[in-house]
Amino acid sequence: MNKLVKLFITSISAITLALVSFSSSFAKVEGEYIVLGSAISLTGKYSSNGVHTQNGYNMAVDRINSMGGVEVQGKKYKFEIIYYDDESNPKRAAQLAERLIKQDGVHYMLGPYSSGLTKAIAPVTEKYKIPMVEANGASRSLFTKGYKYLFAVLSPANQYLEVAIDLAVEKNGGKGVRIAQAFEQDAFSQDVRLGILDAAKRTGSEIIIDDKLPKELNDMAATLAKVKATKPDVLVVSGHTKGALTAIRQISEMKVDVPMLAMTHCDAAKLSKQHGKKSEYALCASQWHKNLSYKDKFFGSGKKYDKDFKKEFGYAPPYQSAESSAALLVFKDAFERANSFDRDAVRDALKTTEMQTFYGNIKFGPGGQNTAKPMILFQVRCKGDECENKVVAPTKWASDKFYHPIPKWSERS
Amino acid sequence: MDFLIFKAPMLMVQASLDGILLGILFALIAYGMALQWGVMNIINIAQGDLVILGGYIAYTMYLVGIHPAWGVIVSPIIMYFVGVLLYKLVINKVVDRDLFISILATFGIAIVFQQLMNFIFGADVVVAQSEYGTTMLFDNSVTLPNSKIFSAFISVLYAVALVVYMKKSRLGRAIRATAQNARAAKILGVDTEKVYAATFGINAALCGIAGALISITLTLHPYVGLPYTVRSFMIVIVAGLGNLPAVALSGMGLGLFEEFADYILGTEFRIGAVFMLLVFILVYRRFKLSKKREYLK
Repeated sequence: MNKLVKLFITSISAITLALVSFSSSFAKVEGEYIVLGSAISLTGKYSSNGVHTQNGYNMAVDRINSMGGVEVQGKKYKFEIIYYDDESNPKRAAQLAERLIKQDGVHYMLGPYSSGLTKAIAPVTEKYKIPMVEANGASRSLFTKGYKYLFAVLSPANQYLEVAIDLAVEKNGGKGVRIAQAFEQDAFSQDVRLGILDAAKRTGSEIIIDDKLPKELNDMAATLAKVKATKPDVLVVSGHTKGALTAIRQISEMKVDVPMLAMTHCDAAKLSKQHGKKSEYALCASQWHKNLSYKDKFFGSGKKYDKDFKKEFGYAPPYQSAESSAALLVFKDAFERANSFDRDAVRDALKTTEMQTFYGNIKFGPGGQNTAKPMILFQVRCKGDECENKVVAPTKWASDKFYHPIPKWSERS
Repeated sequence: MDFLIFKAPMLMVQASLDGILLGILFALIAYGMALQWGVMNIINIAQGDLVILGGYIAYTMYLVGIHPAWGVIVSPIIMYFVGVLLYKLVINKVVDRDLFISILATFGIAIVFQQLMNFIFGADVVVAQSEYGTTMLFDNSVTLPNSKIFSAFISVLYAVALVVYMKKSRLGRAIRATAQNARAAKILGVDTEKVYAATFGINAALCGIAGALISITLTLHPYVGLPYTVRSFMIVIVAGLGNLPAVALSGMGLGLFEEFADYILGTEFRIGAVFMLLVFILVYRRFKLSKKREYLK
């Protein structure tokens, strides 16, 4: 009996000891490592973009660490990230955020992929007062809830296609245009829609078709038939990659002629690769493009980032990777300016961030959104069967002229 | 509410043709579901995922340089064996059990299939290009993608072939006999186990054809199977089991209804309208079904 009790006590204390040493090995700052945590979609429906995000984070961690790391109070630290797979599931993401904070003792978080998952995690990080820099949640509602520990390096969703409407109005001699729009019924696309509504109001434009596509839908024939009948000046479509691919397929098959077609998610959908010449002249909103002339000392320019990323991961970086890398640069900058590991000091430093990265300028507004970086628009242009994305707006960054109006299908080869 | 469609008669023609062409494709999937539901009394939640897997077979062919339309021949052959394998592994254990068990089992299969497809083909949305062009009617005011016409044509072809096969062939007769009364068929020497396997295989093959057609007309993604399951379930509910012409009609009818709902009620109510219709039909059918149940007791 006595032996059993002894054994019991020994094993309990062994387990406790193991737990203590386990959790302390993952505390906020351990030895020379600053430990960040992230729940990320490595499986499930967001897994491709989840992996892009993770690659972006990893690339920046390696780069910052190899270039001297982060200097706080005269000592050099390195970044390290603990990842968990959230299975593209918001509930799981929220659980994992709790686990990262409570069990692993993480004090600084990096965002997951997509607005939906960021929305699930933000209340958790807020509750525990954990600063989170996120790079893949653009939904406007993230920035209107008064979150104090959330910082987004990307432009909010409502800004995605506003530029396109401005461009259409400009081409129309400053007069308002007639807009047809089709948006999927999800948080992100509906935010893009709100942006268009604002832009329409501002420019005196009229919205003649305003379709909301159910999530299950992969057929837009009815919307496009309406577009054919009403002949708008601009057609705006946003429904993630499925929406972009469906739209181009059916626009080309139904020979829908519109002077201007603006969309989101073209590069994630690999539009120019999957649809080739059929996607030519489509105008796409993007957070980043390698040809922009922003610079920083870690990655150099966008072009350099593109080259290095390709070398490391074997494919061209989509903007999801670029913005994720930028999130790490923001953290490094904030730690150094705070010169402390105190969460609130880091948060205050994040709040006053004002910097340029290869990805764009970063300065956070009161809601945590990045207000310093405009969205860009590129247009798919083809030479023979090779199609490429060319930046056409804003004019400051444009590498090519915006082609307007789109030639009619009967005139296209 | 929007009455654009009544102002432009050509839109009416466009909507009708779009609805019918799409409806025929859905009817093919529903046809498979009705078949195995009728024979085995199993509601296959993984139906849509079998469709998507069939689509990915055609897409893989497209990637290696074979025209994806050949998928309508290759895909059903592969999918038949997938179906038979699935039957031997899982379905044969739930055939005579409660309906709830089979729903649970096929739901599990659906999840496994989704994850496997995600693992193998990735989570990107993909399309295969048929380059079939477009048929333009009425001075370009009504346009029909030839890929949709092709898929409707192939669907009808396979459906007719299957009806003939069911009527004439030995296996077809055995399947029909088993559907009518499995016990009696067994006593009279029908190997019902084989019949079940073949039925599930044929269902999977039909899904394979539909999937190949979807790869060239719509889009593929590992997680879009469920809407196809729901749609075919609805068509079967409307048409009833064992009535194949009714399945075709109800498929087209639902396609039409959906298109018109889109124009009249608005796109956001398109799927909702179909569900409302389903509720009405279920309420209407309740009496019939309850009578049938009494009779079966």
